Amino acid sequence: MLLTDISWPALLPGIIVTVTALVVLVADLFIEGPDREGLGWIGLVGMVAAGVASAVLWNANAGGFGDTYLLDRYAIFFNLVLCLTGVLTLLMSMDYLSSIGLASGEYYVMLLLAVLGMMVMAQANDLIIVFLGLELMSISIYVLAGIWRPALRSSEAALKYFLLGAFASGFLLFGIAMAYGAFGTTTLTPIASQLAHLSVEQRPLALAATGLLLIGFGFKIAAVPFHSWAPDVYEGAPTSVTALMAVGVKAAAFAAFARVFLYALDTLAVDWTWIIWPLAVLSMTVGNVAALLQRNIKRMLAYSSIAHAGYLLVGMIAADTDGGAAVLFTLLGYAVMTLGAFAVVIAVGRRGEPNEEVSDYAGLGFRYPFLGTCMTIFMLSMSGIPLFVGFTGKFFLFSAAIEKGWVWLVIIAALNSVLSVYYYVGVLMQMYMGENPREVQGVAQRPYLTATLLFTAFATIALGIFPSWAFDLARSAVQSLGT
Amino acid sequence: MTGVAPTSYYIALSALLFSIGAIGMLVRRNAIVMFMCIELMLNAANLAFVTFARQQLSVDGQVIVFFVMTVAAAEAAVGLAIIIAVFRHRQTVNADELRLLRW
Repeated sequence: MLLTDISWPALLPGIIVTVTALVVLVADLFIEGPDREGLGWIGLVGMVAAGVASAVLWNANAGGFGDTYLLDRYAIFFNLVLCLTGVLTLLMSMDYLSSIGLASGEYYVMLLLAVLGMMVMAQANDLIIVFLGLELMSISIYVLAGIWRPALRSSEAALKYFLLGAFASGFLLFGIAMAYGAFGTTTLTPIASQLAHLSVEQRPLALAATGLLLIGFGFKIAAVPFHSWAPDVYEGAPTSVTALMAVGVKAAAFAAFARVFLYALDTLAVDWTWIIWPLAVLSMTVGNVAALLQRNIKRMLAYSSIAHAGYLLVGMIAADTDGGAAVLFTLLGYAVMTLGAFAVVIAVGRRGEPNEEVSDYAGLGFRYPFLGTCMTIFMLSMSGIPLFVGFTGKFFLFSAAIEKGWVWLVIIAALNSVLSVYYYVGVLMQMYMGENPREVQGVAQRPYLTATLLFTAFATIALGIFPSWAFDLARSAVQSLGT
Repeated sequence: MTGVAPTSYYIALSALLFSIGAIGMLVRRNAIVMFMCIELMLNAANLAFVTFARQQLSVDGQVIVFFVMTVAAAEAAVGLAIIIAVFRHRQTVNADELRLLRW
């Protein structure tokens, strides 16, 4: 590992986010009164700047530090998804924090640092850098989950996320130790070249490393059977943090997961696909069946995110460029529609009255046509109805798997997708046909939330109808792996 | 190197410590003890790193241990703060008694 070749372009997006976080931290001291919206604006500027910096460097293919930290197209694609997630989460948070009465500048700092950790995971080409990024992200999110201290359920969610998250990091780290033992390095490029001619002594350690890394990543993407924390933590954490967890953590974990497994451990694909397909089947089935039984919308979205982890694993199993590109595209689509759905959840809630039961949505569609239309778009998209990005993503994932001969797996996935229509449309039925004696009133006009909803609804439809340019970007991102 | 135990002994010890940590995490219900089990798992990984570094005569693994110790310290700071926040609400840190969210 040679650390003398410093690559400033590769560091640039991370530096921008770090500086923004520090500026927010200091600026917080100079703000008097409870209004912290200005800090959100500083964060927004930083996030947009980091996204633009990544996009500008699309053709640079920067990398340094002994090939451990890259800004290849793959990393840039994820940086863009993560910056978009950061921007939308910040917008939501600015309205959400004032609505629950949480005036805390640290919230914005932690949010920026969490996104920084995610970007480090996307850019890491070394298992230890993956670990550092993962921990930066996770520790920030432990704090965010518990930041609403007056609420017991927020503290409980933080404790559960902390214990199980740290447990998962233990597996990941032990897996890295095994990989170091097998290959004498933790950098992915030499690991990939050594795997081509694996000696008999290396093989057991390499397989142990693969299994342990799979468990570690499995926790972070919330795949069954490593999912048990997700519903509880999603329900208890403040809703804007839940949105970041559902989208950002999953995208970042998949970024590192796909880079390690599709690029470095590609040669072992015959071995690891046989561990991943049961995970995919279980995640889809358990996620969808459990979602059917939920009455709380945040828990329902948690199980829906578990099911989506299953669909994404189907794309991983294809283990080729098309499969990888499908995973990247679907993560982008999943990001916009899920953030939109959580924005609706925030819009329906009020101070001291979270309105998180599905029955609270009764009649909402007619009283608040804008919220109703947006929720309809997101729910239909998640259930995989054509014209929306959810369908396009599933189409790419499933066709990549079919080309590799996983027909029966795709049949299970498609059946699951049909099953999921039931509970997504259940929310819509409730909104347009349900009746609730206690009508949710006074959903205030909130400018930031409206902007978030407009953008996510637009993106859900636009990516659904014109997916080709985004898919081409995803394909060229996956092709940049290992060049 | 006479009198030095072979590498495999250290790896076996490391695997044993890791297993004790993982099983302890699953069977114990006190948040502090669960956290100690996680620390044991991280330190088992550290032992493996140092052992492999010695076996391969490279210094990488020993450097990694410093990273891991730093991360573990940050994690401990946040984790204990969270445990205290929960204790202030419930006067308990027993995971089974935290039933507000279905565990």
